[in-house]
Amino acid sequence: MNWQYAPAKESTEQIKLQKRYQHFINGEWTKPNSKKYFSSINPATEEVLAEVALGNAKDVDLAMQSAANAYNKVWKKMPAKERAKYIFRIARMMQERARELALIETLDGGKPIRESRDFDVPMAANHFFYYAGWADKLAYAFPNKNPKPIGVAAQIIPWNFPLLMAAWKIAPALACGNTVVLKPAETTPLTALVLAQIIQDCDLPPGVVNIITGDGDVGAEMVKHPLANKVAFTGSTEVGKSIQKALAGTNKKLSLELGGKAAHIVFDDAPINQAVEGIVNGIFFNQGHVCCAGSRLFVQESCAEEVIAKLKSRMQTLIVGDPLDKNTDIGAINSKAQLQKIKMYLQSGIDDGLEMFQCHTTLPSKGFYCQPTLFLGTAQSNRVVQEEIFGPVLCIQTFRTIEEVIEKANNIPYGLSAGVWTDKGAKIFNLTSKLRAGVVWANTYNKFDPASPFGGYKESGFGREGGLHGLMPYLNK
Amino acid sequence: MAFDITKHTAVDQVGIEERVARFNTRSIKGESKSKVLKLALSMIDLTTLEGKDTDGKVKQLCQKAMHPFADMPDLPRVAAVCVYPNHVKTAKQALRGSNVKVASVATAFPSGNSLLAIKMEETKWAIEQGADEIDMVINRGAFLKGEYQKVHDEIASIQSLCNEVRLKVILETGELSSLDNVRKASEIAIHAGADFIKTSTGKINAAANMPVTLVMLETIKDHFIKTKKMVGMKPAGGISSAKQAIQYLVMLNETLGPDWLNPHWFRFGASSLANDIILQLGKEKFGSYYSKDYISID
Repeated sequence: MNWQYAPAKESTEQIKLQKRYQHFINGEWTKPNSKKYFSSINPATEEVLAEVALGNAKDVDLAMQSAANAYNKVWKKMPAKERAKYIFRIARMMQERARELALIETLDGGKPIRESRDFDVPMAANHFFYYAGWADKLAYAFPNKNPKPIGVAAQIIPWNFPLLMAAWKIAPALACGNTVVLKPAETTPLTALVLAQIIQDCDLPPGVVNIITGDGDVGAEMVKHPLANKVAFTGSTEVGKSIQKALAGTNKKLSLELGGKAAHIVFDDAPINQAVEGIVNGIFFNQGHVCCAGSRLFVQESCAEEVIAKLKSRMQTLIVGDPLDKNTDIGAINSKAQLQKIKMYLQSGIDDGLEMFQCHTTLPSKGFYCQPTLFLGTAQSNRVVQEEIFGPVLCIQTFRTIEEVIEKANNIPYGLSAGVWTDKGAKIFNLTSKLRAGVVWANTYNKFDPASPFGGYKESGFGREGGLHGLMPYLNK
Repeated sequence: MAFDITKHTAVDQVGIEERVARFNTRSIKGESKSKVLKLALSMIDLTTLEGKDTDGKVKQLCQKAMHPFADMPDLPRVAAVCVYPNHVKTAKQALRGSNVKVASVATAFPSGNSLLAIKMEETKWAIEQGADEIDMVINRGAFLKGEYQKVHDEIASIQSLCNEVRLKVILETGELSSLDNVRKASEIAIHAGADFIKTSTGKINAAANMPVTLVMLETIKDHFIKTKKMVGMKPAGGISSAKQAIQYLVMLNETLGPDWLNPHWFRFGASSLANDIILQLGKEKFGSYYSKDYISID
């Protein structure tokens, strides 16, 4: 029997998006100084979802002033356990509005509802819960160091996990006693603005969290603003470098979480069927819009044929399409610009003469979609292997010896994450100590937990998010 | 033929459980749901394996197998009726002309603790009585002791008696203690000539579950990739709701694909599952549930 699952579309009837969203400054919805708005669209249908305030330098200044004011007059004086109560309250209210947040995340960003429902939103709430717990225990986290907040944190986040990245930034900053000016990405501002509503409903003192929207120029204004004591950025390595240049010579603290091009290594003694699943999860999770995506696959030559055959067959069962369908595995590419970038890389691979494999599924006619893609027989020197594609494209190489794979895995400017599949524990420990990556997953991939620090080596950035280490970028000690 | 256990493939339990969790997020609605519930009904081995079984009870079960629910005559019949050898003749007569198969347990079911000669004798007898399928148990004592060749050879000996009769090999996964062992036992059974591999006897508490079944399906798939030979799968025990059956079939669909989505290659060993499927199909058809009093208990 040939069994195609009937459509199982999640209803959006119960959520109400506003026609227009303003900046959230000093606890109030504030019209943009520019009087201009930009559209946030649904990448699955190309329809406009809402109009969002376009920020400029004056808006940034207002937000920074209110954050500095709230820091000096309220937040830094408040007993830590009182701070914690607010953060717990935000976490609980996110859980209450989880369905709404998941739906908006999927509408605005194109990711499958299964992922926003089961991963993004619960994980974001968990980050608030986790850091709420630390707020009054900082002295125990860093004994004899007398940790103190830094002041105003300027935070700029990407479009791949909009709500989760906002949580990663805001939760530790607040727990450590800082106030925040946060800018969500231009293509995915909506869940951050719902989070602003939640923060308002939580009666957080005005100015402790300010959320302003706009393009890269707004981010640049935030970075150079004199009242920003700390800059936290997650996004591309290119922008990260320009931020670091802009901050050179200032006493602003900086943490960066940038690109990646992770090595995903499969040895012939691995649990092959689970490794194939891990490879799929590693590269196709969130359409490959993941900085730690396992985008360079290294397979030991003795099992390469089997792994690649199974990978191809597994890819045929992936359901690509409407992100709101509960059975969709791979949704829409986040924006037209990103789809063009991915297509440019696909062409580059083809021009290099690489063997390309794609599934035979038909893509929806409207919206931005990309077939899950393999490039086989790639070399370290191919552009598709060297550069971060940030899409559902996996480059496969084979290797023979362990020394060879370590050398190749590290032969990249990035160092965010890596994955290793083998049944032998000693091999895992050998590799984890030699791979230059901030996170190494063994016999699994893309596992996250609020208690576990995440961050990079080399051009993937510095500073950690999550866990006790995630407090450090927000404290002077 | 000697069985080479050194080639056994590793299984990662965490990975298996995550994959199962993924299958269980599939949302099966409307048309898809009715279609797959009917398929599930047609895959059931309706089972009674008790010391207190009577000829009367077996006959009732056979009636149910052929005509699951009088109110919905378009329902498919089940795949087989599964009984002890001493009831095979009765079942065979009751099912005459219906194409519902008679499966008989054998080989000192459920423990398998007897002499090979006795197990063979019992199997022969069940086949003589008219069994279309034999559900044998593996020798878990030998398996856990590491005597894999012995386990293999016993299965091969029973298989040599079967000819046209299809052989299902019960691994009793609840006693095997790890997924690695489930994989190993599956490889042994397939190598020894099993037509089906089956999870459980239903006689111990740890019966079929999805992780164990997934490991077995993957073994079948790997065997198919190597040899192009299909092997059937039968999870047994512990599957009592229609929802569970759908989850198993999603797993089957996405692991082995459409060729296995039929009663020739997949069975559910269950007694109460049929009634829940009837209830759910009734709901799909009429919009509300039947009272359970309308549905026969056999």
